[in-house]
Amino acid sequence: MSEHGSNATTANGAHAGETRRDFIHIAAATVAAGGVAAVAWPFIQQLAPAADTRALSSSEVDISKVPEGGEIRVLIGGMPFFIRHRTAAEIASAKAGDTAQLRDPATDASRLRPKKDGTLNPPILITSGTCTHLGCVPVGPSQGTVGEFGGWYCPCHGSHYDTSGRIRKGPAPSNLPIPTYEYVSDTLVKISL
Amino acid sequence: MSGPSTYEPKTGFTKWLDTRLPIVRLAYDSFIDFPTPKNLNYWWTFGGILAVCLVIQIVTGIVLAMHYIASTKDAFASVERIMRDIDYGWLIRNIHATGASMFFLAVYIPMFRGMYYGSYKQPREMLWILGVVIYGLMMATAFMGYVLPWGQMSFHGSAVITNLIGAIPLVGPTIKTYLMGGPAIGDATLNRFFSLHYLLPFVIAGVVILHIWALHVPGNGNPTGVSVKDAKKDTVPFHPYYTVKDGFAIVVFLIVFAAFVFYFPNALGHADNSIEANPLQTPAHIVPEWYLLPFYAILRAITFDIGPIPAKLIGVALMFGSILILFVLPWLDTSKVRSMRYRPFARQMFLGFVIASIGLGFCGANDPDTLIFKFREDKLSLNYTATTGATTSEIFDDFAAAQAKLQSLPPTAGGAIEISKSGFKWLWLSQILSAYYFLYFLVILPVLGVIEKPKPRPASIADSVRKKHGSKAKTAPAGAAAPQAAE
Ligand code: FES
Repeated sequence: MSEHGSNATTANGAHAGETRRDFIHIAAATVAAGGVAAVAWPFIQQLAPAADTRALSSSEVDISKVPEGGEIRVLIGGMPFFIRHRTAAEIASAKAGDTAQLRDPATDASRLRPKKDGTLNPPILITSGTCTHLGCVPVGPSQGTVGEFGGWYCPCHGSHYDTSGRIRKGPAPSNLPIPTYEYVSDTLVKISL
Repeated sequence: MSGPSTYEPKTGFTKWLDTRLPIVRLAYDSFIDFPTPKNLNYWWTFGGILAVCLVIQIVTGIVLAMHYIASTKDAFASVERIMRDIDYGWLIRNIHATGASMFFLAVYIPMFRGMYYGSYKQPREMLWILGVVIYGLMMATAFMGYVLPWGQMSFHGSAVITNLIGAIPLVGPTIKTYLMGGPAIGDATLNRFFSLHYLLPFVIAGVVILHIWALHVPGNGNPTGVSVKDAKKDTVPFHPYYTVKDGFAIVVFLIVFAAFVFYFPNALGHADNSIEANPLQTPAHIVPEWYLLPFYAILRAITFDIGPIPAKLIGVALMFGSILILFVLPWLDTSKVRSMRYRPFARQMFLGFVIASIGLGFCGANDPDTLIFKFREDKLSLNYTATTGATTSEIFDDFAAAQAKLQSLPPTAGGAIEISKSGFKWLWLSQILSAYYFLYFLVILPVLGVIEKPKPRPASIADSVRKKHGSKAKTAPAGAAAPQAAE
């Protein structure tokens, strides 16, 4: 506090009381601000996903029930996921896409996860069901529209995804993300958020 | 403007009260004796209309909250129950839903008025800024309210908006999670939106008080933009002159309001919102409510990356920017002349701005890729991969020719015939209009203030009124074009 005046150290000058008062003001305000921040935190953090919400963030899905050429859609924690059983032609066209000009380059193989025995299972493609543009749910084979590249079509602003879930045309910036998932057995996958 | 108070308490009780809580004096000075420029036109009557709107929304909203259930399982059904089973529930909900649209209608008109008559200029910057704050709060309230009925548009519209917030770099995803309270829009989101939707109108009411306070320091602007010089000659008391004028405007407004409530209650809403929300199925066209369409159009106008910045982020930035820019409008407009009546060129530019804003609304309602008009008849195009590996597309007039060519191609070419359209897209219109929107604020207004030569302005409000009514007036001296000094 000595920078406030030379008489601060003696504490008996005419201005001494002011410097001490300044100190008390600043100290009190700091403590009050700390207290406000400490109380504010719980009020902010309560907005975060609650424990039960977080607990529901993974789910096991039986993939043997998905018909060839079709797909099922599951909601995990409110988020949509696509599980698609691709036909041989669809797998071929996804492979062919590996060499095309892609906005978000990725090979079809890199978008699959290995089974327990370490091999890939190309017929089953699992992707997020949220368009990477603004979050609509694209339509697919069960809605009768698959877009120009045979995969999915987002009706909101016209994004076309191919049979590997890669963005090929339209405003979406990136491919349909691949969620974290693993094969629990040959017919059961566990998808987590 | 508010001179010394002229309130005289008459009864014993009001005298007693006046020395303890001078609330009657405050009301008297603010709404009875308040000196108001005598030349205000009907564009100035929206303050009263907006106050009525706010009260209607709060009263109907409180009633609806008594019957509404904020849960993804019950929300839609509880709204249907309000519409079908609760006595007069249909009426109250129709008033509340229509009221939101009416509220925005009544806020857009004085916003444009403020821009035309330069109401935001010194010394009324705070008044304008508080108005923009109210407008922002209204948008937040309306957005959250629209989610509550839990229809398809509620759900997917809010998914789009929360995703926009998620697109903000660094902090976006965190804010988004805190807003939704989970990985997706669900029960947690619905409950907090309900809570905030109930709260915000009262916050609006608080800011309205500040707005009125900020109005009562410099007093009303007026169509000439000339400041009040002589309160006796230039002003009239608010009551009865403007209570009657505002009252008349409110009645006319309520007639329009009632027409919508009773005859076209669904005209301003979207049919998809009568379908319960289904997170797995997105409606074919997601459109926000009409009052947000211009901003939606600006968002979608950006379809190209600029350098390393992705198109999506630019779109989001411009959409928020188009609203935030209103806060600095008082400093962007460099002209000292308030009213555009006396700014011949600015006036044309302003007309362009109004057209651009409304045009953007239409752009927002239409699919960006559909055509406004065609350049030529639709033709056929044959797309295939040529032997060189390049993707080729040929245009044909008739199907037989295209078919013949397709047959002559090797099977590896993967040829396909499509309809080829060529015309002017809604997207292009929204790009042009968005560009004008920003140019108006960032280039036209700052530059015009410097280079434009304004027309002579009347010497005083009293003068302009006298002139209008044909009596002999001392018109402004020829040299009055010099920038008007602020009072
Ligand atoms: S949200 Fe899918 S294209 Fe915009």
